Amino acid sequence: MIELDARRLMCPMPVIKAQNAIKTMTSGDKLRVTCSDPGVMQDIPAWSRINGHTILKAEEIDHEYIITIEVGDD
Amino acid sequence: MTTQRKAVALISGGLDSLLAAKVMLEQGIHVEGINFYTGFCVEGHTHAIRKKDKAKPKRNNALWSAETLGIKLHIIDVIDEYKDVLINPKHGYGQNMNPCLDCKVFMVGKAKEWADENGFDFIITGEVIGQRPMSQRRETMPIISAESGADDRLLRPLCAQNLPETLPEREGWVNRDELHDFSGRTRKPQMALAEKFGLDDYAQPAGGCCFLTDKAYSVKLADLWASRGKKEYEIDDIMLLKVGRHFRPKPNFKLIVAREEGENNFLQGYRKQFITLRTMSHKGPLTLLDGTVEDGDLELAAKIVARFSQGRDAESVDVEVAELGEVIKSISIKPFSNEEIQEAWRV
Repeated sequence: MIELDARRLMCPMPVIKAQNAIKTMTSGDKLRVTCSDPGVMQDIPAWSRINGHTILKAEEIDHEYIITIEVGDD
Repeated sequence: MTTQRKAVALISGGLDSLLAAKVMLEQGIHVEGINFYTGFCVEGHTHAIRKKDKAKPKRNNALWSAETLGIKLHIIDVIDEYKDVLINPKHGYGQNMNPCLDCKVFMVGKAKEWADENGFDFIITGEVIGQRPMSQRRETMPIISAESGADDRLLRPLCAQNLPETLPEREGWVNRDELHDFSGRTRKPQMALAEKFGLDDYAQPAGGCCFLTDKAYSVKLADLWASRGKKEYEIDDIMLLKVGRHFRPKPNFKLIVAREEGENNFLQGYRKQFITLRTMSHKGPLTLLDGTVEDGDLELAAKIVARFSQGRDAESVDVEVAELGEVIKSISIKPFSNEEIQEAWRV
């Protein structure tokens, strides 16, 4: 599991950070992104859907938004 | 067997870029989207700041466009590179601080670089001749093609029939007869095409998707540069221009007064970078002081801050001043009346 801290970043920066991290990963790898902008709860899943990645979990804990992504093929 | 040609589409999240990409998909082109984040994008982080905006859907329209089209979207951070575009626009600014023509040249150029690196054949945009007063005119179309380096690999599917043939048309990768001849500011042809494609939930941004076309924002940016004596900015500077009421009662400092709870929370994140003022005896906004202070400045700032607290009519309001997160002073002060807040201070 790769951890990515995207706290204090506003959308779309957490999406960009997740995208750039995933570029260095391979299919089946997992990325957990921790964010403070609630917009990520919509934007990261949308970006993941169109780029073929799977959201394993998206949760809010103490005003933080934690999303776990499994990297897809390609 | 023919090779499937690949186009990268500039996707803003608006209707035109959505349609341009759709027109290409209908012709069997493999399309992927690209979206550039300059820091000035209206639909970026702004919805996360103000509490009143939280009721609105937080949809990112570029992502929505890509999902609607069923294409990939690559979002590129160009915050640093974009500074030169904004600070030194070769073609100047539009009505406000919007360097639209230079911006388009820059973005098409970046898309061209991306296309070259990723084996894409051409670039498409949703530009329409006459749609925008600065960047989308008949005279500017060849400038964008040439200065971006895209040349005849730049295709504008919505107005291609009004322009010279491009490489994808000459080579037969796309059928020019099935491209369009839209022109002018009317949106009717786009809306009709959207209806034909069954698209009815597209974004209709008023005044574009960039804060630099906004007069009030542009005034704040000009004030920032004037106060620093040079044109420069960091991402935090341009974020803070979107938040709060701004007052410059003296040349050496500016106040950013939160307007509501969402902005209060947002400004909290900056309390270790700025002098902050907070009313203690009455409920009131968190305020950032950007600049330096001289004798009497904190009292002047406190009178303004107190004016925006619930103690605005009180004889005395207690204001706590902190620097980099540490309390340095407490001031008990009578708030300014509305008349005492000079109009010239408002940025």
